[in-house]
Amino acid sequence: MSPTITTSSEANGNVSAATARAAASAAASAEAAGPQPVTMAKALNTALSDAMHADSSVLVFGEDVGMLGGVFRITDGLTATFGEQRCFDTPLAESGIVGMAVGMAINGMRPVIEMQFDAFAYPAFEQIVSHVAKMHNRTKGMVKLPLVIRIPYGGGIGGVEHHCDSSESYYAHTAGLKVYTPATVADGYRMLREAIDSDDPVIFMEPKKMYWTKDSVDLGELRRLHEDTRAEGTTAGRNSEGKAAVARPGTDATLIAYGPSVPTALAAAEAAALEGRSLEVIDVRTIVPFDDETVSASVRKTGRAVVIAEAHGFASVSSEIVARVQERCFHYLAAPIRRVTGFDVPYPAPKLEKYYLPGVDRILDAVDDLQWEN
Amino acid sequence: MTISADHTAPDTTSTTAPDNALTEAVKKFGITVEDYMLPARHQIQMVDPDGRLKPEGEQGTQPGHEYPVPGDKELLEAYERLVVGRRVNDQNSALVRQGRMAVYPSSHGQEACQVAAALCLSDGDWMFPTYRDAVAVMTRDVDPVQVMTIFRGDWHGGYDPLKYKVGIQCTPLTTQLLHAVGVAHAAKLRGEDTVVLAMCGDGATSEGDFHEALNFAAVFHLPVIFFVQNNKYAISVPLAHQSVAPSLAHKAVGYGMAGERVDGNDVVALLAVLDRAVKLAREGSGPLLVEANTYRMQAHTNADDDTRYRESAEVAEWRAKDPVNRMRTYLTGRGLLDGAAEERIAAHAEDVAAQLREGLSEDVPVDPQELFRHVFAQPTPQLKEQSAMLADELARDAASDSKEAGK
Repeated sequence: MSPTITTSSEANGNVSAATARAAASAAASAEAAGPQPVTMAKALNTALSDAMHADSSVLVFGEDVGMLGGVFRITDGLTATFGEQRCFDTPLAESGIVGMAVGMAINGMRPVIEMQFDAFAYPAFEQIVSHVAKMHNRTKGMVKLPLVIRIPYGGGIGGVEHHCDSSESYYAHTAGLKVYTPATVADGYRMLREAIDSDDPVIFMEPKKMYWTKDSVDLGELRRLHEDTRAEGTTAGRNSEGKAAVARPGTDATLIAYGPSVPTALAAAEAAALEGRSLEVIDVRTIVPFDDETVSASVRKTGRAVVIAEAHGFASVSSEIVARVQERCFHYLAAPIRRVTGFDVPYPAPKLEKYYLPGVDRILDAVDDLQWEN
Repeated sequence: MTISADHTAPDTTSTTAPDNALTEAVKKFGITVEDYMLPARHQIQMVDPDGRLKPEGEQGTQPGHEYPVPGDKELLEAYERLVVGRRVNDQNSALVRQGRMAVYPSSHGQEACQVAAALCLSDGDWMFPTYRDAVAVMTRDVDPVQVMTIFRGDWHGGYDPLKYKVGIQCTPLTTQLLHAVGVAHAAKLRGEDTVVLAMCGDGATSEGDFHEALNFAAVFHLPVIFFVQNNKYAISVPLAHQSVAPSLAHKAVGYGMAGERVDGNDVVALLAVLDRAVKLAREGSGPLLVEANTYRMQAHTNADDDTRYRESAEVAEWRAKDPVNRMRTYLTGRGLLDGAAEERIAAHAEDVAAQLREGLSEDVPVDPQELFRHVFAQPTPQLKEQSAMLADELARDAASDSKEAGK
């Protein structure tokens, strides 16, 4: 029985939360000052640790997240720092993990749970669709479910079957779920902190091929910025949500991408620049809620767009984006919007994935097709 | 009781929960851990269908499975709640026939289970009911009309789960058992002595979440009582198609918890078994499974035709085991119930029925804008757009209606 675990003050709670910002700044002092090379994995790990310091109702659980630190090491060290009560392994049962998290959220906690891989989350689908997504609505907001379901997703790592699915469309299609997916190391930190602070359930899709991507990032500065926002109160968790980023400005056409496709889109834009074409790259960041404003503004400016995603194109997030842009930008378009997505086949075996995944060449071909001659 | 012989269940709290009941029973009666966890050889029954208290030796108890008869005050309250519950069931079915409610899955015949499930809990405890457990929810003193909102058709739920510590009346089978596990786990982490009672039916024990919930509760050693109302049918499919286990209570031992089966139409035995289960769970015994042997006297819902899958003789056989009549005979025989008390109780039941008739006859105005209000804590820009679209559509409809009227 730990006296340090209290009820979240922001949802379903009646006991005030014990905030421990001092502890977070203690963690900060151990870090080198200024921008450093940081991996996405480290940024996510730091975000979890800082959130657990800041709010004792934040709990982390799932499969292999305790002693091992997760198969991708995202929860590394959390059990050692916070104890087995706050970061622990569960039996191997995904529906059980999500269902128990629902109950914990009902009873004042903020669970952050890990689905080990995209395709291993499917046993939990009923809990996610029937309860996580619907509880707030069916109780008219009397019951809030401030929980985060972290899902490593996407391919590009030579993984075997069931380890490389892009499952974001299932969640994005379900009313009542927020769907976040970071594409930069800094966003990994920012967006996970904001997801944990959110009173709505968030499906947090982590592009697994980017876990080892390094950027020069000042984690201390990100932490300070986040803690300042939290201290202001009501605006917590709303700096990234619904706000797409212009990852690279350009004038000739817009590449719209999210998660693992953002670096591919940026590489394509770099290559296009060498050929004299200026492509703007939009990083969607939160699929739900979607930032129509930023995306439409870019397409209105450039008049041409390609949507890029690893997931199968049929009935997907990419089809939704095309539909939304077409509805809002029809009179500004010089060409039909193109998509570069995974083919409509089950995710292929490792030696075939390079033919399946959207790559720079396929993106440039699509850009070439945007009716430039007239 | 978690088995700790071969694979110690990790206790996530720093204090080890004392398995007093288990240790005591094993020591006192010289029985094995398995004997303690397995249900007694016969179901626990204290009052027979004719309303007679059974001799102690014939109640189905055995060493380690002994239950004192609950006190008179508790029994009288249970009887009053039984009468009210029966009236609620029949009133609601009538309201469906009159078209005032879309549907009502009645617990007629299962009122003893409904009443005992609620009365065994304290105010700080939680209950996780199913769609058929409206009477149990009302016995937890939730406003009857709020309980029936789910079937009235204007929203998916009416009462505040946090205020009453009663989960939503869950439709997807056994998904709520995991929520019960989570509520118990959160309480345990904070050092609270909350007990959680999670309800499901016999058919639901086939679901995967049933297994996951029992296993999680056992592994994390949580104070959850899994209360299975075995009413013999899952819509039309009989129990024999769901499970060939010796009993549903026998499933407990596979998870390392104690199981018991009890006559589900005998509220005395139900209270005795559930009261002890709550006490053990609160003292740190971990989860328990209680199977109540009862019968769904009516069709699954008004939309179902039970003559297609069961004989009326079978229904008649169970009518003779009615839980309300049995308790009335027993209490009258013991001199605890007289005409005046009966009258007062009947009047109470009529009050509740009137409340339901009144609350459900109201044509509750619905607000179309409410569609968008509760999806998230704050509506997204997309929901705001859709909300404006609907408002505009409705305004245009209203304008054209008034134009029509003006002609």
